[in-house]
Amino acid sequence: MPTVTLNRKVFENLVGKKISDNELKDRISMIGTDLESLDKNEIVVEIFPNRPDMLSEQGFGRALSSFMDIKTGLKRFEVKPSGDKVIIDKSVKNIRPYTTCAIVKGLKFTDEKIRELIQIQEKLDVTFCRKRKKAAIGIYPFEKIKTPIRYLALKPEDIKFIPLESKEIMNANQILIKHPTGRKYGHLLEGLKLYPVFIDANNEVLSVPPIINSDNTGRITENTTDVFIECSGFDFKVLNDLLNIIVTALEEMGGKIYSMELVYPEKKRTTPILEPRKMKIKTSYVNKILGLDLKEKEIKKLLERMGFGYNKENVLIPPYRSDILHEIDLVEDISIAYGYENLKPEIPNIATIGVEDGFSKFKNKISNILVGLKLLETNTYHISNKQDQANKMELNIKPIELENALTIEYDVMRSWMVPSLLGVLSTNKHNEYSQNLFESGIVFKKGGSETGVEEFTRLAVVTTHKDTNFTEVKQILDYLLNGVGLKAEIQDTEHPSFIPGRVGRVSVNGKNVAYIGELSPKVLSNWGIEMPVSCFELNLTELYKLIEK
Amino acid sequence: MDIKKLAETLTPLEIKILPVLKKYTSFSDIKDKSGIGEVEASRALKFLKNKELISVEEIDKEAIFLGENGKKYLKTGLPEKRLLEIIKDESMSLEEIKFSTTLDKDEINVSIGVLKRKAALDIFKKGNTLILKINDNGRKLLKKEMLEEQFLSKKFPIEATSLTDEERFAYDEFKKRKGIVKKENIKEKTIFLTPTGKKLAASKLSSNVVDKLTSSMLKTGSWKGNRFRRFDIKTKVPQVFGGKRHFMNEATEYVKKIWLELGFKEMTGGIVQTSFWNFDALFTAQDHPIRDLQDTFFLKNSKGKLPSKEVVSRVKKTHETGWTTGSKGWEYKWDPEEARRNVLRTHTTALSAKTISTLKQDELPAKYFSVGKCFRNETIDWSHLFEFNQVEGIVVDPDANFRHLIGYLKEFYHKMGYKDVRVRPAYFPYTEPSAEVDVLDPIHNEWIELGGCGIFRPEVVKPLLGKDIPVLAWGLGFARIVPKYYDIKDLRDLYKNDIKMLRGVKTWLK
Repeated sequence: MPTVTLNRKVFENLVGKKISDNELKDRISMIGTDLESLDKNEIVVEIFPNRPDMLSEQGFGRALSSFMDIKTGLKRFEVKPSGDKVIIDKSVKNIRPYTTCAIVKGLKFTDEKIRELIQIQEKLDVTFCRKRKKAAIGIYPFEKIKTPIRYLALKPEDIKFIPLESKEIMNANQILIKHPTGRKYGHLLEGLKLYPVFIDANNEVLSVPPIINSDNTGRITENTTDVFIECSGFDFKVLNDLLNIIVTALEEMGGKIYSMELVYPEKKRTTPILEPRKMKIKTSYVNKILGLDLKEKEIKKLLERMGFGYNKENVLIPPYRSDILHEIDLVEDISIAYGYENLKPEIPNIATIGVEDGFSKFKNKISNILVGLKLLETNTYHISNKQDQANKMELNIKPIELENALTIEYDVMRSWMVPSLLGVLSTNKHNEYSQNLFESGIVFKKGGSETGVEEFTRLAVVTTHKDTNFTEVKQILDYLLNGVGLKAEIQDTEHPSFIPGRVGRVSVNGKNVAYIGELSPKVLSNWGIEMPVSCFELNLTELYKLIEK
Repeated sequence: MDIKKLAETLTPLEIKILPVLKKYTSFSDIKDKSGIGEVEASRALKFLKNKELISVEEIDKEAIFLGENGKKYLKTGLPEKRLLEIIKDESMSLEEIKFSTTLDKDEINVSIGVLKRKAALDIFKKGNTLILKINDNGRKLLKKEMLEEQFLSKKFPIEATSLTDEERFAYDEFKKRKGIVKKENIKEKTIFLTPTGKKLAASKLSSNVVDKLTSSMLKTGSWKGNRFRRFDIKTKVPQVFGGKRHFMNEATEYVKKIWLELGFKEMTGGIVQTSFWNFDALFTAQDHPIRDLQDTFFLKNSKGKLPSKEVVSRVKKTHETGWTTGSKGWEYKWDPEEARRNVLRTHTTALSAKTISTLKQDELPAKYFSVGKCFRNETIDWSHLFEFNQVEGIVVDPDANFRHLIGYLKEFYHKMGYKDVRVRPAYFPYTEPSAEVDVLDPIHNEWIELGGCGIFRPEVVKPLLGKDIPVLAWGLGFARIVPKYYDIKDLRDLYKNDIKMLRGVKTWLK
């Protein structure tokens, strides 16, 4: 989850008072963010992804000061028309169809404020914009730009400008190859014949979204007072929400918001739209969900503590709160304002009957029988590799593969259990023998109706010491089956993992349920095990079905 | 313990050796005089020492031992003597000698050297060959035992400082040759009786105590009137290892027990799930970062089937527009193909979603739990594993509320042994209100974050159940409680299966 670093002084100015460490720690947790670290100068907070509006000093300060009853209630944002236009060409329609734009004037940039601005942009890039996949943000010094601005699509070789952090003119193709930011985000333009571009009335390139701004017209300095902001992407509403988060933060920085006219081929629009949204809320619903008995007046106060307005069952939602999808989201904000710590826990007096799953119970009983035979239970991973599952077992099988494994050591789902136990034996050669082990675990095979993958629980038992033999594991199997009222029949079989003539196929009531035998010396040497091993692997899922019958 | 009882603790070996200790102090003497083997003698002395009946002093000494050749020559005779034997009747060339003996080349050469120094041979050349001939000195030497032979037949080891002049001469001679003698440091033990030991040795020791109760003694009654040897019950015994459940499974069983006691029904289900159940049914937008390859394990070329058309269409509409849930939805186009991709479940909440979709009106209120493995695409290190256990629970009850949720979870963690439990706001795409549960670790006095909970959003419940009622839900970890209980610092140790550790680990005592 993203963290945001807040300058404590700036933050305390926004809140309007000095706050003790302890109070800060407590309030930051209880508003629904995670405090990472806190010292004299800096506060580092983890912001949950539903609250992109809190990814800046300004946004976080606004929320926290309201939560601490310093500045509560709905904040209204004034928007004046700028008279400036952005003309959207039809060429972007199938490329990157939408943009939302605004101008914020009267900002006094310092090093600190430029850092804040960059932070807002970077954090939103990663979270809300999904690493620029969903949307991209551009912020420009307005004094360098002449309106009307055009948003259109051009051939990459015809887009020429000096990108940020570079000194030479490049075309868009070169930027994607040479420039670090170009290389990082270039995949987002893959396969396009034309690239989107913002160009001003002087024919100066402002940027190629979602890649990079021009160094000439797209770099904020300490001399900048007015900024032009554009968000570009594929969904107008998403872009409007994004623009609102940015301009409201800039307003908190001391700026004044000006709207722009967006001339789309089919119609004109004006952004930003900072009117609060309305949503109905019922006192009874709030009380039902929270198990409280709040009066309407109290609910109003709690909503105001979270920065909302309230008027006769209508909640006014500030323009930066795009996360409010449903009445239930307001209920959560009310409960946060009420304080989770003030909610009295209660266990309702309703009678329900506890029921353990039959198969879990069965599996447990099997384990207990084996523990009685002095076997030690192990616990191994479900994810394995083909070497262990097949090659080392001298077996030709294809286990189910993962698409995106991080290491070749763990890249398939195990298809049987014996290899897992051999893995354990191979790492325990220094420990005292006998090593007699068992584990019931889930194995994966192709088949089954819903996912195409069938899961079985299989029990593997291994006995490992100098005198182990077929008889020993057969005794264990007999004892085990006898304990659950069943009887095994063994047929001669061939299995590449076992010594020929010392391996059997076990069936119960005519159903094949297990292999049993002495593992072949080849297999043992593949695992580097220097002690004979006898084993069986029993399908507990099938066995349970037989018992259920 | 009084002398009489002490006497009853003695084994037959100790009884044999004890009287000898009155006169002798060196181990070899004690062994010889008591007439028992070396192993038995040391064992008996160890028993006596444990009972504090003797004390043992050890002195470092240099001692001379016979080497490999020394032991051989003790049996076969010295090679120089054997050489003399061969040529005692006639002079022989070196080749002839080599031919008529089992002595090897080195031994022949050494022997010639020795015999030359003792002036027992005449050696001369005939053409190109050396001829050896015994002389009078040689013949005399044949008849008597040489100093070296006397030395060889001594009892080894011999203490290096105690050699006589003759012995020293022989030793110095042998030292020049290969593998006959060697000098080593030894610890010589001197064994004394302690005052109690003396008393005991002076008393009359009867070997008439019975060592072992046998079945035939019981059958015949011959045990009557017998005394049994007293054991040294404080002595250490070799370890035995019983069978044992894996400690993680013991903890899991305990967790299950808690929910059963609270009246919950267990749910089970597959580890492999379609994205539909793992994400879409839980109102997780298809572009949510959790659905990226770096967070979730996907199966290669593997797609599953979606559930009934009705459920799929409701979920689709809910994502896109909110359907009839009263929500805005995520306002994007929902793709059924994306929902078919198979994943290793990232949470057991997938099981909860499935359970809700099968619930019938007359089954309410219903309470379900599960404990199962979940997966996250992480590289393993000391604080990360790609597999972890989750404790899942839902309460489907038209009258449930957020305070009940806190009530259930506090009760659960109390039963897990944590007195202080707190909840604080959190975010999950499928719950609202959402909370994070922390418990206070009483030893380190710090809050440990254990998992998420909340009330399922209407966007989750209504498409699955057909109507919107509160569903309390949680997905808690205990992979942080178990290591603390067992003082495990490295999470990998949970599944390392070190047999020594598994055998030694304490049982789950809650």
